[in-house]
Amino acid sequence: MYRLKRQFLAGPYLLWIAGFILLPLVFILYYAFTADGSFTFSQVAAIADPVHRKALFLALKLGFFCTLVCLLLAYPLCLILSRFHFRHQSFVVFLFILPMWMNFMLRILAWRLLLSNSGLINSLFELIGIGHVKLLNTQLSVVFGMVYDFLPFMVLPIYNSMARINKDVIEAARDLGANSATVLIKIVIPLTLSGIISGIIMVFVPALTSFVISDLLGGGKVLLIGNVIEQEFMQGMNWHLGSGLSVVLMIFVVVSMALLNTFEKEGGSAAVW
Amino acid sequence: MVKKAVQRFYLAVIFLFLYLPILVLIVLSFNNSKSRVVWGGFTLKWYASCFTDETIMSAFTTTLQITIAAAVLSTFIGTLAAIGIHAMKKRNKAIMLGATNIPLLNADIVTGISMMLLFVRFTNLGFVTVLIAHITFNIPYVILNVLPKLSEAGRSTYEAALDLGASPLYAFYKITWPEIRSGVFSGFLMAVTMSLDDFSITFFTKGAGVNTLSTMLYTELRKGIRPELYALSTILFLLAFLLLLVMNIHSDRTGTAAVR
Repeated sequence: MYRLKRQFLAGPYLLWIAGFILLPLVFILYYAFTADGSFTFSQVAAIADPVHRKALFLALKLGFFCTLVCLLLAYPLCLILSRFHFRHQSFVVFLFILPMWMNFMLRILAWRLLLSNSGLINSLFELIGIGHVKLLNTQLSVVFGMVYDFLPFMVLPIYNSMARINKDVIEAARDLGANSATVLIKIVIPLTLSGIISGIIMVFVPALTSFVISDLLGGGKVLLIGNVIEQEFMQGMNWHLGSGLSVVLMIFVVVSMALLNTFEKEGGSAAVW
Repeated sequence: MVKKAVQRFYLAVIFLFLYLPILVLIVLSFNNSKSRVVWGGFTLKWYASCFTDETIMSAFTTTLQITIAAAVLSTFIGTLAAIGIHAMKKRNKAIMLGATNIPLLNADIVTGISMMLLFVRFTNLGFVTVLIAHITFNIPYVILNVLPKLSEAGRSTYEAALDLGASPLYAFYKITWPEIRSGVFSGFLMAVTMSLDDFSITFFTKGAGVNTLSTMLYTELRKGIRPELYALSTILFLLAFLLLLVMNIHSDRTGTAAVR
């Protein structure tokens, strides 16, 4: 009885979902499957066009490397952080959220200065004798920028799942003779799997679909599928084609999420915070 | 001993990586030369002139208006929704949470474009469309912060209060609110952070003449960034730093998590 009434509190949100989450998706599907007022698959099939296909594969490739690097950086980081005894877990979150208060565009711009030919990194390289390396406007610098921007989204879910591990379990394993490597492989990694999967999704999806970072750090030379879509909408004014490519992008996002979720037995949703 | 040192070194490298660009921007905000590569001596002039520059101030005002309005409204709708969802049966709950995940997991560019396609069909793009878009991507963060608090609290105390004659509003204020307060607060904070930092969705849903700091920066990139913007961003960052620091110290004392 009480519960029935309280459910109505979700009413405004239900309307919001219908109007501003589902209806926009209907619109993008409508644009994607029509041209000149009639139904067509050609906008979606345009992904097979060499330019578009190349951009999609490049986005998949860079997204994959970005996710891999984030995971390899974040996991040891979380292992170390979980050993520190902060009085509050929230302090760690705070350290990773704080950079977001400096404008994203400016932070990426600062990297452009640091990575440039006369920038700090190259000066350092010359000092230690590596010599001059072209860093900016390469695929490497784009991946670098993505890792910088998305690393917190890998760290936070993994850290949260690690903090939830019952310390007694680890002690029990040690009492039974397990060494550090066994504890890590048999206990810590399986128990943080949901965090790892959330992290992978939270990094791979924005990396696959980003267009600003490739624009700023790729110098127009690194064309990702996100850039193609942005140009169709903002310069080409071909909204049908842009929508068609967006739908393809959505399919890739959904498929990669479905694939990842098969690794997780409980099938829990990706809760990040 | 060596292991400890390696660990500390690793942490230092990661935090240097995260904070180095911020350091660069702070240094640039005090640079007397307009050039981004030459150090022309220490100055505070950009801090004075950023408050008199009309385009910067107008973008700054718009950013603040959208951030605050979107955070307040999404916290309100999201908190109500979380209470409603919490009271639902398993299947409806799953449907609602599935829909909540859409803006959270969908690509920003697709969210932005799909909303733009909807908006241009019915109205002109402008301040309100950006606000609606921001509320849409903020609500999931609020729900995901409040819902765990509701589950921790359980339903029985609230229902017991009703059985004993409390009005629903009184029972909410006395029972539910103290339990979920910290979740609502961290949801609000996440919403502010996400709104402030958003570029992609604003970019697609804004009309001509409406600019937030992010979109203004994007259009100015080709001309070169004015140093006033470094100064303004530094002020914002330091304010956030102080605010979050105070809240963390405070929450340490009271024992409730401010930022989860």
